[in-house]
Amino acid sequence: MNDMSRLERVVETKNIKMECRDCQVYYGETHAIKDVNVDIEEKTVTAFIGPSGCGKSTFLRCLNRMNDTIATARVEGSFRLDGEDIYDRRVDPVQLRAKVGMVFQKPNPFPKSIYDNVAYGPRIHGLARNKAELDEIVEKALRRGALWNEVKDRLDAPGTGLSGGQQQRLCIARAIATEPEVLLMDEPCSALDPIATAQVEELIDELRQNYSVVIVTHSMQQAARVSQKTAFFHLGNLVEFGETGQIFTNPVDPRTESYITGRIG
Amino acid sequence: MPTLWLVCLLLVLAAAGFVMGRARALASAGGDARTLHSLPNYYGFNVALTSLVPALAVLAVWLLAQPIIVDTRVSKLIPADMVPEGSTIGLVMSDVRRVAAGLDLAVDTGLLRAPEAAALSANERDVRSLLGEVGVALGADVRPEVLAAAQRSRELNHAGRLLMTVLVTGLALAGLGWAYVRTNKEFRARNVVERGVLVLLIVAASLAILTTIGIVLSMLFETSNFFRLHDWKDFFFGSTWAPNFRGDSELSILPLLWGTLYISFIALLVSVPIGLFAAIYLSEYAGKATRALAKPLLEILAGIPTIVYGLFALLTVGPTLAKVFGKGGLLGVEWMAGATSVLTAGVVMGIMLIPFVSSLSDDIINAVPQSMRDGSLGLGATRSETVRQVVLPAALPGIVGAILLAASRAIGETMIVVMGAGAIAKFSLNPLDTMTTITTRIVSQLTGDTDFASPETLVAFALGLTLFVLTLGLNVLALYIVRKYREQYE
Ligand SMILES: Nc1ncnc2c1ncn2[C@@H]1O[C@H](COP(=O)(O)OP(=O)(O)OP(=O)(O)O)[C@@H](O)[C@H]1O
Ligand SMILES: [Mg+2]
Repeated sequence: MNDMSRLERVVETKNIKMECRDCQVYYGETHAIKDVNVDIEEKTVTAFIGPSGCGKSTFLRCLNRMNDTIATARVEGSFRLDGEDIYDRRVDPVQLRAKVGMVFQKPNPFPKSIYDNVAYGPRIHGLARNKAELDEIVEKALRRGALWNEVKDRLDAPGTGLSGGQQQRLCIARAIATEPEVLLMDEPCSALDPIATAQVEELIDELRQNYSVVIVTHSMQQAARVSQKTAFFHLGNLVEFGETGQIFTNPVDPRTESYITGRIG
Repeated sequence: MPTLWLVCLLLVLAAAGFVMGRARALASAGGDARTLHSLPNYYGFNVALTSLVPALAVLAVWLLAQPIIVDTRVSKLIPADMVPEGSTIGLVMSDVRRVAAGLDLAVDTGLLRAPEAAALSANERDVRSLLGEVGVALGADVRPEVLAAAQRSRELNHAGRLLMTVLVTGLALAGLGWAYVRTNKEFRARNVVERGVLVLLIVAASLAILTTIGIVLSMLFETSNFFRLHDWKDFFFGSTWAPNFRGDSELSILPLLWGTLYISFIALLVSVPIGLFAAIYLSEYAGKATRALAKPLLEILAGIPTIVYGLFALLTVGPTLAKVFGKGGLLGVEWMAGATSVLTAGVVMGIMLIPFVSSLSDDIINAVPQSMRDGSLGLGATRSETVRQVVLPAALPGIVGAILLAASRAIGETMIVVMGAGAIAKFSLNPLDTMTTITTRIVSQLTGDTDFASPETLVAFALGLTLFVLTLGLNVLALYIVRKYREQYE
């Protein structure tokens, strides 16, 4: 791998933004996540890797309580955002999700105009005082989502009319328009071409200046390029969690090594 | 031979054909089904269908055509001056048919022998009292021409039926023989049966369409009769509905249309918000258990016969409204004369439409992909914000379609308005007034003593056709909208 040189970066300790302990998720009888402990650091990109069906999306959805919307899902364990238990009864999941944004695995633009898609979050949360401010927020989000140049002339066109990759970037723009503190991205680049992928990765790097980003990816190169921490999941277990450089160059667990080198998957 | 026996015979022939065809196919393969082109049963079905289908088709056509042919030939026997003033040849012909049926009955019960019935003469015997003995009551003495026509019609029918039996049986046997001879192990029975099945399906589909066309044509025919007797300008643009039997009726659809639309509007005003909110609750908020209980309960409403809703309007809603708005009522006003009113009918019809609106909207809301909701919730929207800003806009075209379907049901509804709305046709904005609708007027114009030659009766067909065009238009529009919306997510 050519990117390995980039992995030898300075390891610094940072504040912990989210702390997850003894997490269990059940879908009915299926035990999908088993005893997972992960810390998401501030101003850090954390990558979740692992074979398909191992529970990456499931765990990601625990971090902003999106599993609440699945009737059969049951979540146990402690999840703390800035020291506060997010599953506490007093916590409003709606407010939590404004702080912990999410980009889904499949692009899901609303059947509204491109502008309204991006303006959706800021409108609900009252982030703009007037139309001019909203315009500004929308433009900034679309620029950061690497979509502005393609859609600036047709902001009134329906978001569903964009190509798959454009839709995904629209969803990214929509998520960052609300300025979340933590951004969860579930395979955000799986439908993107290399140019757009590079742009999204640049965006992730930029977001890292202020926020925490968690990204699920099937691309080892991507995980190595953008993340500082990597978690490897296998069959619902967290097999290994540590510095990205260490995971990719010197994994402790033999399963991690076989996955990274392409022997299990 | 009665038709039922003929059909049984055809079925027996087909069953025999099945067994024979199957056996012959197996025999031609030396008992080894694997060397056959098709499975053995296909050979059986091939023989059975070839025997049965053409014979049944001819039988059906014959049964439809024979009475028409006999009628036209017999009616030539009736001299034109026999038709009384103001009546039609149709009335005389119905006498003829009754006499013919009476003679048949007399022969069946043994009162007359067949040759006697054929030779009967009106001058020698009192045919009226004779037929009275077998239970066929006639209004007047049978005239010789009528009797002769009846005898001629019996003769023709008899010959026709005999010919039909022979022809149909022959056709079945021929089909059976032909298919049987063609059966051997190379024969592609499977493909033939496949084509046969296709033909059957096409016939079924075209029957459905043809009946619709038939209904429309018969309505068109009667409507054109009506417009020959009554000015179309009065019908479409007049302002009064006042049928009488002196021949100067004012028959305008507008007051009726007004009543229909007004009542439907109130019904939608009741059913759309309640039905839609119920659907939203059930599909977005209710837990599994609530949903499992509430949805069937709501749908029970849809299973109540409309006459029961009519009773509800008549006995409960109407009197209750009268108690509030009527003379000596709770409000101390006198806005309502009786229990029947636009509001009574509209409210009850609205209740009837609630499950209709809610179950259609529920389906449509459920068709909005979960990922859409996730997207909104993931941005920190509440559930009601999600419903209002994402789910409903996405489902809106479908919901509009559902509302249009409900509207077309409301416009065509009869029983509730008969019992709840009253019978006076007028233009009024007051929802506590009695009013009447197109459907109730159709009922009242066609019940009782009717004479199908007067405009007062024929107007029912013009009303019906207008109603049909109206609801058809709404349905087409609704289906178009619903379908267009379905495509969005596929
Ligand atoms: N809504 C659900 N109901 C029941 N089981 C589910 C549900 N969602 C996921 N699962 C199960 O939970 C396990 C983990 O699924 P998850 O979607 O988290 O995998 P993943 O790691 O994201 O896979 P991929 O890389 O393919 O996206 C799988 O076995 C899956 O079948
Ligand atoms: Mg996934």
